[in-house]
Amino acid sequence: MSVAFDPIIGRYFTLTLGDDSYRIYMEEAGQGIPLLCLHTAGSDGRQFRHILCDQDITSRFRVIAFDLPWHGKSNPPKGFRDREYKLTVDGYKDIIKAVCAGLELDRPVVMGCSMGGRIVCHLALENPHGFRAMIALEGADKLTPYYNLDWLHRPDVHGGEIQAAFVSAQVAPTSPDEYRWETLWHYMQGGPGVFKGDLHFYWLDGDFDDRSPQIDTEICPIYLMSGEYDCSCTPERMLATAARINGSKATVMANMGHFPMSENPALFKQYLLPVLDEIASR
Amino acid sequence: MNLNDMQQRVNDDSALVHRGRFVTLTFTLGIGETDYLIDIVAGKIAHIRHRLLPTDSGVFAIRASSDSWHRHWQPVPPRDYHDIFAMLAKDSLSIDGQLTPLMQNLQYFKDVIASIRQRDGGPS
Repeated sequence: MSVAFDPIIGRYFTLTLGDDSYRIYMEEAGQGIPLLCLHTAGSDGRQFRHILCDQDITSRFRVIAFDLPWHGKSNPPKGFRDREYKLTVDGYKDIIKAVCAGLELDRPVVMGCSMGGRIVCHLALENPHGFRAMIALEGADKLTPYYNLDWLHRPDVHGGEIQAAFVSAQVAPTSPDEYRWETLWHYMQGGPGVFKGDLHFYWLDGDFDDRSPQIDTEICPIYLMSGEYDCSCTPERMLATAARINGSKATVMANMGHFPMSENPALFKQYLLPVLDEIASR
Repeated sequence: MNLNDMQQRVNDDSALVHRGRFVTLTFTLGIGETDYLIDIVAGKIAHIRHRLLPTDSGVFAIRASSDSWHRHWQPVPPRDYHDIFAMLAKDSLSIDGQLTPLMQNLQYFKDVIASIRQRDGGPS
């Protein structure tokens, strides 16, 4: 008997940030322009498996997806049980910059979703020369919370179940059932308090609508893409962000929710390929 | 939409009943100006009744306008109405009361409420 392997290589490396060392898990496939993929809050790099397996993309791009510390197969720091995980703008930027430096990525394209879609805009503002382009999926510079984060981490509510049940509201009803539930399965597997800690950045520490107009898209092009059914980073919030970032390009993805790469990979490919074509031709 | 369908659809869905097997309570579903009390016993709906007395109350209440529920129960609901939490984000739905049992079984209650969603080609 033989099996057909995915063309994905999974590896671990050690990332040192300040006084902490993290064992980080990454997956990669393809050759060419580095395309670094950032998963959503409370999930992990498995969300990008369809992109990692797509020869139309990996023939031109070296696609890399890593699990943030505390997420997926990446470890939390030593002594994690005595710490409260809480992601911040600066902490998130430091991780991505360290990964880019450690992997020696030359002006990568960074494609992040949700909180990943927010941080790419922060990075474009801070260091536009360091990146070839940014793709912000379901990312906006100003968001409004609509539920209390304490529900995500308490002993009388199952964290995995509540996380999946919360974000199921953000999957389009037209997305294939198989991929809807694969996307939610990732949420069911998150560590205690990790989704909550990510949402600290996403909802409470990530707004930068006062500074987003300073992003220079002549140096670092920005593509903003948001799903019709996303009730968090709504199309309206994405379009308002695009209006503040001069030269950015906005796409509303019909029949799509908050997790385009994992909830409906075939439909997402139709939206993504023209963007990647444009980036590759620059 | 027909709220009377909810009892049979939920009780005939063995997987849904299994997921709700630890749920025994009464909750309020508000459709426009009318409140309904839905009695659940071990994941099955025992009764659905009009709320006639103010002292007759559910553990928690989920309320929206008739028009909002009509959109929610379409075969392919429009954006902002496709999930009760999308409606919450849109401010077209309210949740009140003791929310812990709701949060402990959130997907179950979402599916119970969505159970009377119209099916393609079929009656509401």
